[in-house]
Amino acid sequence: MILALIVLLPLCGAAIPPLAARGGRDRAAWASGIVTLGALALLAGRATEILDGGVIRASWPWIPAVGWNVSFMLDGLGLLFALLILGIGALIVLYARSYLPESDNLGRFYAYLLLFMGAMLGVVLSDNMLLLVVFWELTSVSSFLLIGYSSHAREGREGARMALAVTGAGGLALLGGVLVLGHIVGSYELSAILQARAVIQASPLVSVALGLVLLGAFTKSAQFPFHFWLPHAMAAPTPVSAYLHSATMVKAGVFLLARVFPVFAGTDAWLWLVGGAGLATITLAAYWALFKSDLKGLLAYSTISHLGLITLLFGLGTPLAAIAGVFHILNHCAFKAALFMTAGIVDHEAGTRDIERLGGLRRAMPVTALLATVAAAAMAGVPPLNGFLSKEMLFEEALHVQFGGLPGWLVPTIVVVAALLSVTYSIRLVRDTFFGAAPTAYPKSPHEPPRGLRFPVEVLVAACIAIGLAPGLLAAPLVFSAASAVTGAALPSYHLALWHGFNVPLMMSLIALVGGALLYRGRGRLVAAHRGALPVVAAKSLYDAALTTLFSAAAFVTRNLENGSLQRYLALLMGATIVVGVSPFLVRGWAGGGPHSTPIDAPTLVAWFLLVVTAIGTAAFHRRRLISLAMLGTVGVVVTLGFVHFSAPDLALTQISVEVVTIILILMALHLLPKTTPLETSFMRRGRDLLIAGAAGLGVASMTWAILTRPVRSIADYYLANSVPGGGGHNVVNVILVDFRGFDTYGEITVLGIAGLGIFALVDGLGVGWLHPDRSQLQDEDQHPLILAVVARLLLPFALLVSVFLFLRGHNAPGGGFIAALATSVALIAQYVAFGVGWTHRRLPRDFHPLIGVGLLVAGLTGVGSWAFGAPFLTSWHGHVHIPFVGDIELATATLFDLGVYFAVIGAVMLILSNLAKLGMREALLARARERAATVTEKLEAERDVAENNFDYGEEV
Amino acid sequence: MEVLFASAVGVLVAAGVYLLLRARTFPVVLGLALISYAVNFYIFAMGRLRVGLEPIISEEATAYVDPIPQALVLTAIVIGFAMTAFVLVLALRANFDLGNDHVDGRPPEGER
Repeated sequence: MILALIVLLPLCGAAIPPLAARGGRDRAAWASGIVTLGALALLAGRATEILDGGVIRASWPWIPAVGWNVSFMLDGLGLLFALLILGIGALIVLYARSYLPESDNLGRFYAYLLLFMGAMLGVVLSDNMLLLVVFWELTSVSSFLLIGYSSHAREGREGARMALAVTGAGGLALLGGVLVLGHIVGSYELSAILQARAVIQASPLVSVALGLVLLGAFTKSAQFPFHFWLPHAMAAPTPVSAYLHSATMVKAGVFLLARVFPVFAGTDAWLWLVGGAGLATITLAAYWALFKSDLKGLLAYSTISHLGLITLLFGLGTPLAAIAGVFHILNHCAFKAALFMTAGIVDHEAGTRDIERLGGLRRAMPVTALLATVAAAAMAGVPPLNGFLSKEMLFEEALHVQFGGLPGWLVPTIVVVAALLSVTYSIRLVRDTFFGAAPTAYPKSPHEPPRGLRFPVEVLVAACIAIGLAPGLLAAPLVFSAASAVTGAALPSYHLALWHGFNVPLMMSLIALVGGALLYRGRGRLVAAHRGALPVVAAKSLYDAALTTLFSAAAFVTRNLENGSLQRYLALLMGATIVVGVSPFLVRGWAGGGPHSTPIDAPTLVAWFLLVVTAIGTAAFHRRRLISLAMLGTVGVVVTLGFVHFSAPDLALTQISVEVVTIILILMALHLLPKTTPLETSFMRRGRDLLIAGAAGLGVASMTWAILTRPVRSIADYYLANSVPGGGGHNVVNVILVDFRGFDTYGEITVLGIAGLGIFALVDGLGVGWLHPDRSQLQDEDQHPLILAVVARLLLPFALLVSVFLFLRGHNAPGGGFIAALATSVALIAQYVAFGVGWTHRRLPRDFHPLIGVGLLVAGLTGVGSWAFGAPFLTSWHGHVHIPFVGDIELATATLFDLGVYFAVIGAVMLILSNLAKLGMREALLARARERAATVTEKLEAERDVAENNFDYGEEV
Repeated sequence: MEVLFASAVGVLVAAGVYLLLRARTFPVVLGLALISYAVNFYIFAMGRLRVGLEPIISEEATAYVDPIPQALVLTAIVIGFAMTAFVLVLALRANFDLGNDHVDGRPPEGER
């Protein structure tokens, strides 16, 4: 519980500073400080337990089905990192308050900072790899916000974007790696994965997992060749840089290396990949750092170099190297945070960070100069400071490593060269800033910074000295507990100490120090040589080129696919569908022609012929819309006959009633649309469309044929067997609709209702005043045919009776709510057709919305009703009821549900049709009003009346 | 019979797709209706073609037709109606608001 609290405190606490900032920036700083220290106190409370070798775990299931738990673990490694994150975090909170301009009220800044802090804590305390990935991505996102904090500056935005692109992509790779690991091990729990080294190493997927995980680690910790984002992230405010590049963000990468160390370390692949990346990074970055004139730029490259050092140590894979790596993580945090903060102080007080324009600041700020010198000396590895200790350990390990087939002297030499370069840039950092001649003028007159800026540096520098002098006392317990968590095994006895006697590593240190100093003296020549050297292909330009290519490719694709023509989109969509549909036929072969074949009889052949002719006719005559529609109606009738023939009475009933309603609907719409379609497409275009249509038809036909001739394996037996005993109905189709799959039906009538309301909204919002030019005859002036009127009026009661009959028997014979509702609707629509809108509207409810609501309510309440009996939603009950004259009826609660369906369907269908009818009426009335209006004013008035629905629907027939 | 049924579905799809690719809204609506028929038939085909059976439990019946595709198609027919109606009204609305019934909302160059 306490572990989750440590992570959640900053994450949730991120909401506080923006609120507190309303009361002033100091309140925001206090709030953040209290949150940070609170989490630190919680952590410290459990520290001794961990240092004694304990591990704390806490786990809650999240999505257990996929092995995703919210589980946390605090071991030595997690403790070290969490202490650094919170400890340095607290110092940053203090530093940022003094550093950021007064005009900034800091609410947003501290919110981002706490969010980032929580995400980092989540990474280092997660016991579930998937959870770790989630926090990992959260660090990428929140660091994006922090780096881009100066969002008004172009560099800030670009730097943030680059950091997000690189580390985000790495996070994606890490997710892949974690999924592979989880697949191999069968669990995403870190504890299980760390125990499964043998299983993982034996798996053929091990190299994939390793590669992906390393991609994640290298991008995050800016290892060559993914280092280029880090210098650009320097656009962030200095407190952010000091935090991200000392204790957190980039350390997440090396944390990951340390975390998976027990699983992968010691193999050749690990040595070459991790050790190789470390070696390349440590040297190249140290070399590049020499030529940076921006203080933060120099520190950025030195950070990359030191991360390379840590990576190299973990890459070596020995327990001692692991101890050294962990120790250097701690040391680097202390001096690098201090140096970033001093760079910030210089910038803050002198107004520039450009080394070329700095110098002699020791007179203006002697204390800061001293602090910076000590911190830089620690970075350079000068005894007796902490950096010296871990660098000695690196030399020691480099001497003993067996790096594949490389000669034994190579690795130590590279390491010494890197150390030498590091000495040079450290001297340059301090000497060119604080010593030497001062420039004639600074943008600001420099002086010692306020307490809030210097105090954090003092703390960190004190740590550098103290750890250097008494490593066994101060750092050893933490480092050893972390290192044993890294290796996952007992550590060899090693004594952290300043003095190990006169030995080779000491000689190497001396060479580096002296050589570095000499190089600093002769740096002029080096700079000249560097300038004359071949232009280095910068990773940044490759990144930019890749980005540009990506964007222009995307633009090209968009331009060519998305030209604004819906016809083209549809053609592309159809073409793509055909390709996707055809490919399985080609790959998996053609399996048709099985046992099923029904003999062809003459009526079927005739029906088939009729269907084919009318379907083709619908398309062929589409420019003459009424003929096309008539053809479509015939298709519908043949489809109905098809259902009759192939044993689907319910479908036939549904289809025929829907057919009537649909055709009437389309006719009504056609009344308001042009009656013909202009010929617009070229011959070529029609040919192309025919080709696509033909291919689509052929594809679907083959698919249908393949299915029809394959053996059938249906789950129908269950429904057939349970329909009567379970659902109380003999009509299995209806029982499926209202009982077995009642929830689906409930959804579907809801959709139907929504469609009806949507149509109502569309019609309601229609502007009046538009009349299609080719409207010559006004329908409402026609006499309604007398015979039709008489028949329709006579028919109504019978039709309603039939629909009740269909409804009641629906559970046991063809019929049911859907069909009954459609039959009722057809009967009502017949009145519209026979008597006109005006007459019908006066006799029928104008509003059909409530009916939809009633239907949904009845169906929903029936479902909810089963809760009262302790059964799940929509559980049905049934029993026999005897109704006089009708007979023995099997009544089920499903019938009540069906009643809901009945109302909802009537409501939706009638809502749709009555609205269209109203629309047609309104247009006609408008036209007539216009004709009769004598003056312009009257005309406008009439239009307004119609628009406001203040009109009477026609005269009675 | 299977060949007839399959080819009928194919013809419905072909005619429907051809209409879908037209430039005016009304043929597109008709095309959608045709494709609805085809899709319903296609889903129906999952239960195979059976003649002279029923999905209704009775003492006399010896075999039944597969009721599941029928139940699916039944709701599909009704939902298909709602979709056709909605697209139709959308087409009407576009025609009212834009003054033409081209699918892109504007007639091609050279015509108004």
